[in-house]
Amino acid sequence: MDALISPLLNGSAQGALLLLAALGLSLTFGQMGVINMAHGEFLMIGAFTAYLVQQVIGSSDLSIPVALPVAFVVAGLFGLLLEVSIIRWMYHRPLDTLLVTVGVGLILQQAALQIFPSQGVPVEKPGWLNGQVTVFGYDWPLRQVFTILLATVCVAALSVWLKSTAFGRRIRATVQNRDLAEVTGISTRTVDRLTFFVGSGLAGIAGVAASLIGGTNSQMGTQYIIPAFLVVAAGGIGQLKGTVVAAWAVGVVLSYFAYWTTGSLAQVLAFILVIVFLQLRPQGLFTVRTRSLV
Amino acid sequence: MSTTSKRLRTLVATGAFATTVALVLAGCGARVGDDTGGGKSSARSCVDTSGSTVKLGFLNSLTGGMAISEKTVSNVLHMAADEINAAGGILGKKIQYVQEDGATDWPTFAEKTEKLLTQDCVGAIFGGWTSSSRKAVKPVVEKHNGLFFYPVQYEGLEASPNIYYTGATTNQQIIPAMDFLASKGVKKLFLAGSDYVFPRTANAIIKLYAAKLGIEIVGEEYVPLDKDDWTTQVAKIKAAKPDFIFNTINGSSNVGFIKAYYDAGLTAATTPIISVSIAEEEAPAMGHEVTGHYASWNYFQSLKTDTNQKFIDSWKAYPKSSGVTSDPMEAAYISLYLYKALVEAAGSFDVDAVNAAAKKNTITFAAPEGTVTLDGENHHISKPGNIGRINASNQFDIVWSSGTFIKPDPFLKGYDWFPANIRDQLVKAAG
Repeated sequence: MDALISPLLNGSAQGALLLLAALGLSLTFGQMGVINMAHGEFLMIGAFTAYLVQQVIGSSDLSIPVALPVAFVVAGLFGLLLEVSIIRWMYHRPLDTLLVTVGVGLILQQAALQIFPSQGVPVEKPGWLNGQVTVFGYDWPLRQVFTILLATVCVAALSVWLKSTAFGRRIRATVQNRDLAEVTGISTRTVDRLTFFVGSGLAGIAGVAASLIGGTNSQMGTQYIIPAFLVVAAGGIGQLKGTVVAAWAVGVVLSYFAYWTTGSLAQVLAFILVIVFLQLRPQGLFTVRTRSLV
Repeated sequence: MSTTSKRLRTLVATGAFATTVALVLAGCGARVGDDTGGGKSSARSCVDTSGSTVKLGFLNSLTGGMAISEKTVSNVLHMAADEINAAGGILGKKIQYVQEDGATDWPTFAEKTEKLLTQDCVGAIFGGWTSSSRKAVKPVVEKHNGLFFYPVQYEGLEASPNIYYTGATTNQQIIPAMDFLASKGVKKLFLAGSDYVFPRTANAIIKLYAAKLGIEIVGEEYVPLDKDDWTTQVAKIKAAKPDFIFNTINGSSNVGFIKAYYDAGLTAATTPIISVSIAEEEAPAMGHEVTGHYASWNYFQSLKTDTNQKFIDSWKAYPKSSGVTSDPMEAAYISLYLYKALVEAAGSFDVDAVNAAAKKNTITFAAPEGTVTLDGENHHISKPGNIGRINASNQFDIVWSSGTFIKPDPFLKGYDWFPANIRDQLVKAAG
């Protein structure tokens, strides 16, 4: 029983972290078409924010809930800065954006290495996340439950924001037909900036979650960026529900493979599956139907 | 929209392909450089000691992933050079060091070695951390008959006339750790490691020795070096109920392992961990207190020797200090002093003269871990095996010691449980 249940639960938590890392990308890449390779470094900024908030507040019980909104704003502002200073000049040059943001990522990594101790910094788990809940005989760590809840809240908030607010409608209008949106009086520049702010801010939240799972150091972003892009592509670009399903599936498949084989082999097998899937269904799980000709 | 996204995906693929091509070309470039460098004069003839200084090269990753560990080694080398210069230098010549950045990239290590030997004409090079970086440097120092001093514990099974190893080989770290576990009456052991040559080789040795000691290996798990998530593997460890976990994980992945371990409700009281890469610098960076777990090293900051207190005080006073001392730092500190002792015994900076002086087996250095002796045949040094238990201030209380200094045996030829065919296999696999 343990062999069946524990990878399912562990994998769901792994998928939830992947989802948090991919959510922001599904906005900036999926909605705006910007390949932001510095997204992993925004995640790193979120994790270092969690550390700094912990240094100020002291108690980890309180600092993690406080760090979540703070990390959102800090990473969001970094994203906004990137959009205003660089990305807005290259909306129609995706390959250039890719190369430039790789460079920005490296600069941010080196900056973190200069500012913080090179071994990385410790972020402590809040006391209320100590312990496990028993599910079908498996002691499921509360920390994993927390990651899943956090991802659920973020997805729900993002989907309400996109579907039911005036601003969300403006984003969707801009994505579907930029010229027509401008004709109706929407400031597409404002839409771009705010979308980028929110997308990067979500990476900050993912960073807080990641700081509770692994090390907080200058390199941490690099391990999330490629899987996050794959998840967004596999889910269907511009599709929130696709990202959710793909992240969960990758997490669970990874965990089962890791349980049956080894951690290294699991990485290889799971991503071979994603690549094969994209070969068979290049548009991803779900697609947006538009009347646009491009 | 879907056409646009398809184009984007093609572009992503193109970008990834372009990066790969660039990397491959960079690798080829290094090799081409090697070939043309062969025509130049060898390092020996170009080292200039006619003035009042001698040039030495420090080669550490100051950028990229390994900067996390190698920056400290670079700093401690600078401190040792300052100390030696203040005391009159080597053979009366002040050290003038050339610091190079290996950038966590193995072809870069080879290129910079070439540059240091043929353009800067340094007397010796100090640095490296990963086995991959050492293996990149090895053919280059051998071709130019240069000297390379490597300061980190590693998987052994190597000896080169052009490399001196001041960190532990397996019989000075892994085997003492197993002896300690046997003395604790451990019956069931779980092996957790990062997926690269050191943990794989160490675990191959551990499994052979465990069979001899009557310790059952109840599981073996590897996670790639750049992945932090250990949750699934820890679930397997918990299900296997070992008495002890032997941890050969390296770098930041250790933080993920420790976090997943405590998330799952495991504790030092029931399932302690013995590590070979968590030292004084890493212990406070885990994001969870790690009191009660063990580590196997040769040097600990808590060691009581005459020279250790002086070493700790100098390091704490050093401007770029991290505040605590650790085994790899101490081994780097030894490496520069060992070079000084070798050159002074040889009376010359000449590589062949230095190697000839080493052959006499009389080179010693009063290191912070105790007085170490250089083995002139395999270029490793004798070391004490020590096991420390982490206390509340993230320092190590010494709980077990090998007593005597252990002679280096990188090929484990003195251990009857280590069959020759497995040695050949591992040497071949390690390249």
